[in-house]
Amino acid sequence: MSIDYQVMWNRLIAVVEEQATTLIRTAFSTSVREAGDLSAGLFDLQGRMMAQAVTGTPGHVNAMAESVGHFIDAIGRQNMFEADVYLTNDPWLGTGHLHDITVVTPVFRQQRHVGYFACTAHVVDIGGRGFGPDGAEVYEEGLQLPIMKFAERGQVSADLVRIIRANVRQPDQVIGDIHSLAACNDAGDRRLQAMMAEFGLEDLEGLSGFIMERSRAATLKAISAVPDGVYENVMQVDGFEAPVRMQVRLSVEGESIVADFDGTSGTSRFGVNVPMVYTRAYACYGLKCAIAPDVPNNFGSLEPFRITAPEGCILNAARPAPVSIRHVLGHLVPDVVLGALHEALPGVVPAEGASALWNIQISARPADPASNLPSVELLMFNSGGTGARPTLDGLSATAFPSGVKTMSVEATEHVGPIVVWRKDLRSGSGGAGAYRGGLGQTIEIEARDGYDIYFNAMFDRIDNPARGRDGGKPGAAGSVALADGTPLKGKGRQKVDAGRRLVLLLPGGGGYGDPKERSRAAVEADLDGGYVSEEQARADYGYGASGE
Amino acid sequence: MRVGVDIGGTFTDVALDRSGTLFTAKVLTNYAQPEQAILDGIQKALAAANAVPGDLKQVIHGTTLVTNALIERRGARTAFITTEGFRDVVEMRSENRFEQYDLNLKLPEPLVSRPHRYTLKERMAADGTVLLPLDPDETGRLVSVICEKDYEAVAIGFLHAYANPAHENAVAEALRAAMPDLSVSLSSVISPRIREFERFNTVIANAYVQPQVADYLGRLVGRLRETGIDAPVFMMHSGGGLISVETAAEQPVRLLESGPAGGAIFAAEFARAHGVDKALSFDMGGTTAKICLIEEGAPKTASTFEVARTYRFKKGSGMPVSTPVVEMVEIGAGGGSIASIDAMGRIQVGPKSAGSEPGPACYGRGGTAPTVTDANLVLGRLDPDHFAGGAIRLETTASTTAIADRLDGLAPDEAAFGITEMVDENMANAARVHTVENGRDIEQFTMIAFGGGAPLHACRQCEKLGIGSLLIPPGAGVGSAIGFLKAPFSYTASRGYFQRLDAFDADAVNAVLTELESEARAFVAKGAGAAGTTTRLTLAMRYSGQGWEIPVIFPFEPLGKSHVPRLLSAFEAAYRTLFGRIIDDLAVEITDWSLTVATDLPDVARAERFGAGDTAANGRTREFYDAALRQTVTAHVIDRSTLAPGQSVPGPAAIVEDETTTIATSAYVVIAQGDGSLLLQRKAP
Repeated sequence: MSIDYQVMWNRLIAVVEEQATTLIRTAFSTSVREAGDLSAGLFDLQGRMMAQAVTGTPGHVNAMAESVGHFIDAIGRQNMFEADVYLTNDPWLGTGHLHDITVVTPVFRQQRHVGYFACTAHVVDIGGRGFGPDGAEVYEEGLQLPIMKFAERGQVSADLVRIIRANVRQPDQVIGDIHSLAACNDAGDRRLQAMMAEFGLEDLEGLSGFIMERSRAATLKAISAVPDGVYENVMQVDGFEAPVRMQVRLSVEGESIVADFDGTSGTSRFGVNVPMVYTRAYACYGLKCAIAPDVPNNFGSLEPFRITAPEGCILNAARPAPVSIRHVLGHLVPDVVLGALHEALPGVVPAEGASALWNIQISARPADPASNLPSVELLMFNSGGTGARPTLDGLSATAFPSGVKTMSVEATEHVGPIVVWRKDLRSGSGGAGAYRGGLGQTIEIEARDGYDIYFNAMFDRIDNPARGRDGGKPGAAGSVALADGTPLKGKGRQKVDAGRRLVLLLPGGGGYGDPKERSRAAVEADLDGGYVSEEQARADYGYGASGE
Repeated sequence: MRVGVDIGGTFTDVALDRSGTLFTAKVLTNYAQPEQAILDGIQKALAAANAVPGDLKQVIHGTTLVTNALIERRGARTAFITTEGFRDVVEMRSENRFEQYDLNLKLPEPLVSRPHRYTLKERMAADGTVLLPLDPDETGRLVSVICEKDYEAVAIGFLHAYANPAHENAVAEALRAAMPDLSVSLSSVISPRIREFERFNTVIANAYVQPQVADYLGRLVGRLRETGIDAPVFMMHSGGGLISVETAAEQPVRLLESGPAGGAIFAAEFARAHGVDKALSFDMGGTTAKICLIEEGAPKTASTFEVARTYRFKKGSGMPVSTPVVEMVEIGAGGGSIASIDAMGRIQVGPKSAGSEPGPACYGRGGTAPTVTDANLVLGRLDPDHFAGGAIRLETTASTTAIADRLDGLAPDEAAFGITEMVDENMANAARVHTVENGRDIEQFTMIAFGGGAPLHACRQCEKLGIGSLLIPPGAGVGSAIGFLKAPFSYTASRGYFQRLDAFDADAVNAVLTELESEARAFVAKGAGAAGTTTRLTLAMRYSGQGWEIPVIFPFEPLGKSHVPRLLSAFEAAYRTLFGRIIDDLAVEITDWSLTVATDLPDVARAERFGAGDTAANGRTREFYDAALRQTVTAHVIDRSTLAPGQSVPGPAAIVEDETTTIATSAYVVIAQGDGSLLLQRKAP
């Protein structure tokens, strides 16, 4: 039987991959179709995640892993029928902000309820102020959809559709995306049914037990290999109105590991706050990468990681705190936990990186309202540099911990009236070290004739660059300004007038180890490619000091 | 008389067609002088056919050398010239990690490193208008730099050059004026499609291999002439057709997957002969397995693919190349794939392979890792005394030991079964996902299996996939070379050009189509002259606002406003096939236009389908493990060469030949066919 369970476990991975692929190909949301910002998974009857598509991003996936339990509580098993579809965008019960809609579909086999498919995607608009940090309460951030039925026994709730349509700026696309989410669960359901027929399964209980038990055992074994002890780390980041202190205390004892964020700053008046579910998702991800990277993501492998934070701190914000751009601090959580883990496992974790994506939401508006030019919304995902690794340079302009892709500039310029004049590596931005931090990037954007652009800044590591490790230097700080040098804010909505250029300098990753120990060949290659300047080579790496 | 030559990683295969009769030869690939192996192979085949070099009327060639040059980074000293601000597009890639949990991930290095990537101030807008004109002085200065640096090849890729190639052309002219012999590749010629990362990579890959390929093809033609072979030489391209050797030398990136494309054409021709409308070709070698959909006699094609994957065959770990290609799913599953146990106590197979050196443990060449071949041996599916025609004596005890050592905690038989079952599952999964992604129902397909390992595993795959018929063609050892002989002359011209159906500009579209047609026709005419051709128009379409285009086939004819409803319904039909539904009231747009001109294929001689006749029996049996029954069964053992058309062998059976063994499980019956192929059919329940 074990071989059959192994085969079926593998098959489930293919099932959820197909579920995710369906979503990517039918979605309207830019972040889903171009960037892969989604998650999809299968859950057992108790709401335990059995398998997830590896295309997802950690924040979505690990948060969605918890959400199905909330759906079971809110709707009740007795009220679930075949061809039902449920949804929510509750930040605290879903995946952390209103833009993410989670859709859950119960799975029935021969009239018997056996499990759930769930998926999450970031939709193009959810009303309110739009995607940005300026709202003072979650109520300003858009339409809230509590856990409810989108469809019952195949019948879509026309009232709910009308409410959503009336509240969002791009109703066709948002409703289209909800249908895509439902269709992706259906695709998973078809493949699961075929598998159950092939193996003569009536329910998922035995298979789920096998997956949970094996995954949990492998995870516990990996945790027990971490030396016992209490490890602490503090990291300061920009936040919105005031710098944010992120503090963690990691306690490891045998097979138990607890990360507690006591000591972290309180909530902000702006939408950078993080619901606990999202903090847990990224803390778990960071720990898992370093401790048990090979164990597939499921309830069994996630559950041993205990993550806590006092209620009311910025990493456990309570309703009705605004949470729209919770990803910024969320993406920085792995740096905090990995820094603590470094004390326990030297030579494993990387230096700090840019970490938070530099997403930019652009609203192009006609400079002359009488011109009849259409308004257009654009979203770009951009990444700075990752921290250097113990034996490798950091990755330049690459997302970590997020798993999203950037969009093609050519495709973006087809969508709306902007010109991206520059998107290339930012010379000299990688933190010096025996291994160099990854480089950030430079982006220059201008509106095309007839348009002004407004953009929502959601950027961090402008005042608090990524720190190096074990003697490595910090990466370069980020910057937001106009081409003429006029500084702009790192967070919040701002205008760029027609004819002016927005210049973003994305942060670099921290270095690892003493820069003087960097191989001379590597320094020369960096000089040759313009990754570092001659002055940096002299100052940071001591290059040329001994007559080189 | 025509000859097809396929240079593979290990062997160079030759297939010679003398008025319908095939003569084949296999010689070792010569890496230093690939053309030498070709000449040797052709001589061998000519001798077998009792013919002389002057009898040859056509030489058709395909090769993995281009792919290898990319994988092994053995290309020209190449410079890349791009728009200022976009120097690092090929280094920044998609800005993500293809493996989320590996903290020590390495991303593939770009083919052209940063010091050799240059920029010019210039800019086109998305609609092709000039935002910033090219500065002739700056261009001149850059040309001088390129001259000084002694580059062998230059790739030019400007932003939105697919919409307006003027700046690329101007820079190319300046370079050529200064250095007439310099190899120059333009993104607007090599891959005029939207998305800069893919297009830049494609033009760089082309430039990187161009001097070497041109040189090699020149040498090949010269050597053929010296040998008395004056016949024209044609190249197999990755899209499954033939182009002239001159075109190939200019656009070598089109040759990337030519070997596997030949295999797909071989399977397609075989499907046509057997009247199979829906076929799934399955090719399994020592390291990888490849799967391709073949419908109505033509392999499925795509417009982009990824070469040189660097990380467990993972999507995203290679280089994207945007050129027409026979769409193949490749996974790291072959006879040499190594089995291990992971942290969850699960058997994992591949993608690491023991290759042919040291090879599986049972080869007795020092390999200690258990492989798929070892598992097949332990399960009785391979005969230790007659492997590779008796060339290698397999040591079963070595396999048993390797499996027991590395798959601790499982009984040897259970472990061996686990290995084959997992590899079969991985391959079946890839096939299932691929058909589903294309909106097809796999149970309606016939499998065509070739390559050394496929006949051992194909029947179990069919069981898993619910496929009722499986064909094992003869001559599969040189399948790609045979496929070359069956390929049409073809060329696909494509262009990124946006058109929303609600603002359809028929005149502009017709102008683009006319251009594409004359471009494609010119290339085809170089090989095919005035032969009859078929033209096929493929549109990349989507709902406005989506990011994923789907291919839509549409009749090629001058278009007018009245075609808009038909374009819409063609799109909706294709969308429904893929996704099961359509979306009302949304605008639809066309992003790319591809026009393929191909010579008509000659009618194929239909193979007579033999039903099950006499049972062939010789009393020889051996025991092997039947995966579906979960038990060891006693199987007939029959030499393939002794089977007469119509003779049948009920499974369980092992049909043996020098190159491979066909395993028929208990659920299938083998029926020998008139063309030497084997038909395995699911027994009636």
